Amino acid sequence: MTIISLSAFDLAMAAGLIILLAVISLVMRLGLEKQLLLAGLRTTVQLLLIGLILKALFAAADAGWIALMALAMLVAAGREVSARQQRRFSGWWRMGIGTVAMLISSYTVTIFALVMVIGADPWYRPQYAVPLLGMLLGNTMNGIAIGLDRLTSAAVDQRAVIEARLALGQPWRQAVEDVSRASIRSGLIPIINSMMVAGLVSLPGMMTGQILGGNPPMEAVKYQILIMFLIAGGTGLGTMAAVWIGSRRLFDNRQRLRIDRLESR
Amino acid sequence: MIRLRLEKLKIPLLEPVDLDVAAGQWIGLQGPSGSGKTMLLRAVADLDPHGGRVLLDGTSCDQIQPPLWRRQVSYLAAESAWWFDRVGPHLEEVPADWLESLGFGSEVMEWSVRRLSSGERQRLALLRMLANRPKVLLLDEPTANLDRASMETVEELLAGYGRRSKPAVIWVSHDPGQLERVCEHIYTIADGRLV
Repeated sequence: MTIISLSAFDLAMAAGLIILLAVISLVMRLGLEKQLLLAGLRTTVQLLLIGLILKALFAAADAGWIALMALAMLVAAGREVSARQQRRFSGWWRMGIGTVAMLISSYTVTIFALVMVIGADPWYRPQYAVPLLGMLLGNTMNGIAIGLDRLTSAAVDQRAVIEARLALGQPWRQAVEDVSRASIRSGLIPIINSMMVAGLVSLPGMMTGQILGGNPPMEAVKYQILIMFLIAGGTGLGTMAAVWIGSRRLFDNRQRLRIDRLESR
Repeated sequence: MIRLRLEKLKIPLLEPVDLDVAAGQWIGLQGPSGSGKTMLLRAVADLDPHGGRVLLDGTSCDQIQPPLWRRQVSYLAAESAWWFDRVGPHLEEVPADWLESLGFGSEVMEWSVRRLSSGERQRLALLRMLANRPKVLLLDEPTANLDRASMETVEELLAGYGRRSKPAVIWVSHDPGQLERVCEHIYTIADGRLV
């Protein structure tokens, strides 16, 4: 089976849909036309740029450049996690907690998959390493952002309970355990749900992409199962790490609840 | 015997506080809302950062693990907090005869926290704290939301514990009559100072 290559004209026809929407928005006075066009433009430019970068990266297959790319992806994901928090830790911790948690989880799981499961040669081969890491970061980011957001807002809402438990002589970990547990659970529910409905409600994007790209469906399915498990593992570990570090940071060395370490926006 | 000693205890709003409370001594504390009474008690229980030193029987707070400190130097808020649905799991360390002496049968353990009246909540919260056998009681308006009868029960309960265990007590209240009834010395916070 050969891949049908898309020409610029093909993409322009698809872009016609965006322009159609913009015109409708103008007529109906939805006020969305500027945003629609900007979003369409950004999608095009950003994806073309990343395409060029990946092309160069695949050609070079140089470990240093791949490491740099991986670092840039990590920093972008770390910023995104902190941007999604209603109440954030102040100072270095604002980005630090999410970034460290993703470093621990996404990187470990990606390296595990590359070395133990896929067995690419060399193990950092960019065709496998970059998309895998990207998918893991993108998904663990969601779990970590939800878990941390839940943790910090619950710490504020349940301050009286946590402090009553501390006042009765419970160690910080016990005083905050209900809150931590609920936060981890809420971070994990989205990935569990998407595993539940995978293939029933929607065909996952990566699998669809592989099939469109000309791969046999069973190969695409096997990769999709692999990805789902990796994402679940990465999200679980990452959310647990983030909530654990965050919970610890809510207390000082005298085990006092320090809501003043959070800033709301 | 000096049980609780505050040495230049520094918290916001107040000038450094020096205070000795002997075992078995009951100290009352009054002052306008927002004058720092609650902050003072919270600092002594080591629930908020503070400057200066707090000593229990001559040992400084920072030499004792925080959970152990708070079991011995116990803070009770005006509004009690509960985290399980049922009463029972909160009161595992409370002796059964304590519950009986307050008129609670063993069925109270099965009750839902939500159906407790404010008087019942405060009495049970007090028992929960006393089960740790604290040496210092920091009471932050313990009867503020209670009717007359509940208030008297709480005062009796505390007096009984006081006779048995001789704790040092700091009692914050807006009710001067209550403080005169239960405390030997009454301090007032005025203009950021303890007088």
